[in-house]
Amino acid sequence: MPHQDFLRRLPESERALRKRDRLQQRLHIDFWLLLLLFIITMGGLGVLFSASDQSLGTLKRQGIYFFIAYTAMFMVAQVPVHFMRRLAPWAYVAGVGLLIAVIFIGVGAKGAQRWLSLGGFRFQPSEFMKLAMPIAIAAYLGQRHLPPVFKHVFFTLVLVAIPVVLIIKQPDLGTSILVAASGLMVLFFAGLSWRYIFVAIGALLASLWPLWHFVLHDYQKKRVLTLLNPEADRLGAGWNIIQSKTAIGSGGVPGKGWLQGTQSHLDFLPEGHTDFIIAVLAEEFGLIGVLTLLGLYVLVVLRGLTIAIRAQDSFGRLLAASLTLTFFVYVFVNVGMVSGLLPVVGVPLPLVSQGGTSIVTLMTGFGILMAIATEPRKVIR
Amino acid sequence: MSEARQFKDHHREARLFFGRALFAGLVITVLTTLLVVRYYSLQVTHHEDYVTQSDRNRVHVLPIPPTRGLIYDRNGELLAENRASYTLSIVHERVDDLGRTLAVLAELVNIAPNDIEKFNDQLRQRRRPFDAVPLRYNLTEEEIARLAVNEFRLDGVEVHAQLVRHYTHGELFAHTIGYVGRISERELASFDEQEYQAYAGTHSIGKNGLERSYESDLLGEVGYQNVETNARGRVLRVLESGNPKPGKDLVLHLDTYLQEQALAALEGHRGAVVAIDVNTGGVLAAVSAPSFDANLFVTGISFKDYRELNQSRDLPLFNRFLQGQYPPGSTVKPIIGMAGLHYDIVTPSDTVYDPGFYRLANSSRVYRDWKRHGHGAKVDLKQAIAESCDTYFYDLGHKMGIDKMHAFGYQFGMGEKTGIDVPNERRGIWPSRDWKRGARGQPWYPGDNLNVAIGQGDVLATPMQLAVMTATLASKGVRYKPHMVASVGGQPVEPEVMQSVQVEETHWDAILGAMEEVVHGVRGTAQRIRRGADYRMAGKTGTAQVVAIAQGEEYDSEALSERNRDHALFVGFAPFENPQIAVAVLVENAESGSGAAAPVARKVFDAWLADKHHQHEGES
Repeated sequence: MPHQDFLRRLPESERALRKRDRLQQRLHIDFWLLLLLFIITMGGLGVLFSASDQSLGTLKRQGIYFFIAYTAMFMVAQVPVHFMRRLAPWAYVAGVGLLIAVIFIGVGAKGAQRWLSLGGFRFQPSEFMKLAMPIAIAAYLGQRHLPPVFKHVFFTLVLVAIPVVLIIKQPDLGTSILVAASGLMVLFFAGLSWRYIFVAIGALLASLWPLWHFVLHDYQKKRVLTLLNPEADRLGAGWNIIQSKTAIGSGGVPGKGWLQGTQSHLDFLPEGHTDFIIAVLAEEFGLIGVLTLLGLYVLVVLRGLTIAIRAQDSFGRLLAASLTLTFFVYVFVNVGMVSGLLPVVGVPLPLVSQGGTSIVTLMTGFGILMAIATEPRKVIR
Repeated sequence: MSEARQFKDHHREARLFFGRALFAGLVITVLTTLLVVRYYSLQVTHHEDYVTQSDRNRVHVLPIPPTRGLIYDRNGELLAENRASYTLSIVHERVDDLGRTLAVLAELVNIAPNDIEKFNDQLRQRRRPFDAVPLRYNLTEEEIARLAVNEFRLDGVEVHAQLVRHYTHGELFAHTIGYVGRISERELASFDEQEYQAYAGTHSIGKNGLERSYESDLLGEVGYQNVETNARGRVLRVLESGNPKPGKDLVLHLDTYLQEQALAALEGHRGAVVAIDVNTGGVLAAVSAPSFDANLFVTGISFKDYRELNQSRDLPLFNRFLQGQYPPGSTVKPIIGMAGLHYDIVTPSDTVYDPGFYRLANSSRVYRDWKRHGHGAKVDLKQAIAESCDTYFYDLGHKMGIDKMHAFGYQFGMGEKTGIDVPNERRGIWPSRDWKRGARGQPWYPGDNLNVAIGQGDVLATPMQLAVMTATLASKGVRYKPHMVASVGGQPVEPEVMQSVQVEETHWDAILGAMEEVVHGVRGTAQRIRRGADYRMAGKTGTAQVVAIAQGEEYDSEALSERNRDHALFVGFAPFENPQIAVAVLVENAESGSGAAAPVARKVFDAWLADKHHQHEGES
């Protein structure tokens, strides 16, 4: 192991490193990851304070979510990795069961049925699936020989497809894409043959036409069309994108200053405290703020990939890499859609947008990452 | 060998994974770069565009309408003012569902179907985007309170104080001051860009009367305010502003007291009274009765009210003194007589035999005198005017011919617009050979001369023209352009002489003397009005036929319906020695110039010459 080589060459530092390692191991905490997450969440609170028109109530609520999320992260980090692997099939089955339950007894708003209501507590099964999916696929593929053979690839695709279809039905295109991505990502990291990948991409492109004509809802089509030409419907569908681009563009390099954004504070920017919060950041902190945040996100992703590479077995590797990449997809989709690069699909900015569900899910995912990072060393089987 | 029993090659799998992780890192780098490029493009390359866009979003220029100039009478009494009124307006662009908003509003305030109709009309017109369209004027305190409580569910609904024109004597001056009204679609369409700017924020425009003719003075200059607004259009703060310049105030020659007295003197009859300052041409009173309340038009008259006014048989909307064209009848005799003297056709001592009718040579047609058996064997000019002898003027008209009558009368403003500063004036008809050929396609017949000489036939004049004619006589030939406005924004309006009639002094004395005889002579047609007057007057009565009386028939008042009876006229001035005020009175269908019209003139004279002193003493 390179780590041991390193220690052999620097015997005098071994004690200090061992000590820190031991502390991290014992607490099941990855200090680097924790530090990055802490900076992002605290900075995010500052932006949210501005975006919510200096609402202390919003800040307090978000603070409570963070508390729950960090607690969840610490707790999940304590769970042994092999236990997760064993739990994986049950988690998957439970997730699919809940998604089916949503169809029958779910509640929702604006024509979409996404939540289960359990005694005043609202729960979104598709969020749960965002974690259950990579765990299940990683557990499945982790036990096989890698790269996977056709049979396993096919079975994996079936496992991915079931919940994804259920989520599309809700309808929630954004989440279904993310859930699908989290499963397919595992397949990719498992070493799926490039041949399959190119064929899949070719098939995907070929399916765009029937997708457009038979599957997509009108409002989803409208979003895509709006993206292609936001000026066409200035007051309707294009309003969000025009206003968010205006907010971002008018921020310039240094930004207008904290709490000084006119687009957001004069209510021109819709959803400024949720999905479009990066526009507020971009308006008030400028390109500097955007680059700082993107930098932090990239560091989180690099740390996650490092954890994945160092993981002890395929399950850990695949799961850690998938969670990390999914996190990046969140970032990319949100930051891209707010700036008009991608269609508006309703993905919040990770750890910054207001809303408890997404934050708790993400932090739980980071808890899994930490569990993998701090898994006790085993003898190679 | 089955797969399950095969050992996993951990190193190979780790290497494979490392490769994929590197590839993922590459993808992440590429996608992150894409985002950075995108944000760089928005925030650096196109920064300026978006700053402009952002400013355009939040900064709006709000026009501040100027205060419309006030209108005072000659004594400083306020006639047209601006009152604060709370107006409910809707900014259509900020209302999601107009029908629902209107329904909510209908619960809160009293909205008539008519209000909605007018609102929709205005909505269809060309407007600036985000302009507030008024729905209801004159909100009550209670309505304002109810709207304030429900503000949260009334996005795009605004209540603001607005200055609305108010006429203190809405009915008395409706035909002189006129009124303002909402800017119509046609007016809006006719605006050039400059006018379009000038009326930003102003919802009304002068429609009639002085409000219309002095529109540019009264309007003032629009101010502006750069304001920061939020997405729902609420003004959050003022960034910059320029004050509007109020419109200029008008001071009129009109005298409220005189106007009231003139209206009262008509005693409810339909008619018109015009009084002119002989020495300036200033209009002291101009009455058209019946009238209407000009305030009805300010915020938009209801369909019902308008129909009532428009369809009334009494034509209250009709401006009788400026647009009413009546046969002037005998009131033209002084100028016909003067023309006879001027052209040496008669002398004051020439006489005519009046058997009660006149007959042209080689014609069987009989032209009657109003007095059945005539005025005597030797009627001279003075008697002819004093007693209004038609036969004398038939003879004079015949001898003089139309060309001279036309040319002379024209100098007194007959057949020509007086040029008064109130719009929509009619010019009447003062016939000539050319006119008859053009209008009737007929040559001039000798009989036409006789009709013109007694102000009948085709002759038509407005009461304003008759007042101007009389003032010109009173001032011995100085014809001023009549005007209502004495000063605009403190700048006096100088009297303007339209015509100086050159006639020998003795001719003036003869004609004016004859006109004095009308009132003060023993047999003067208006001699009844001199009773109790401590000043001397001059004048001329007139009676104008409404329907033609056929040959051989006689005018029978009983047989004619009320509306077909003759109009009564009187023109005059006073005091005789030092003329100050010239008056023209027309009483529709009142039959007798001496009985119905002359007493009105007397009351106007009294109000101006006698009461005036008391009034001013009372004030000081």
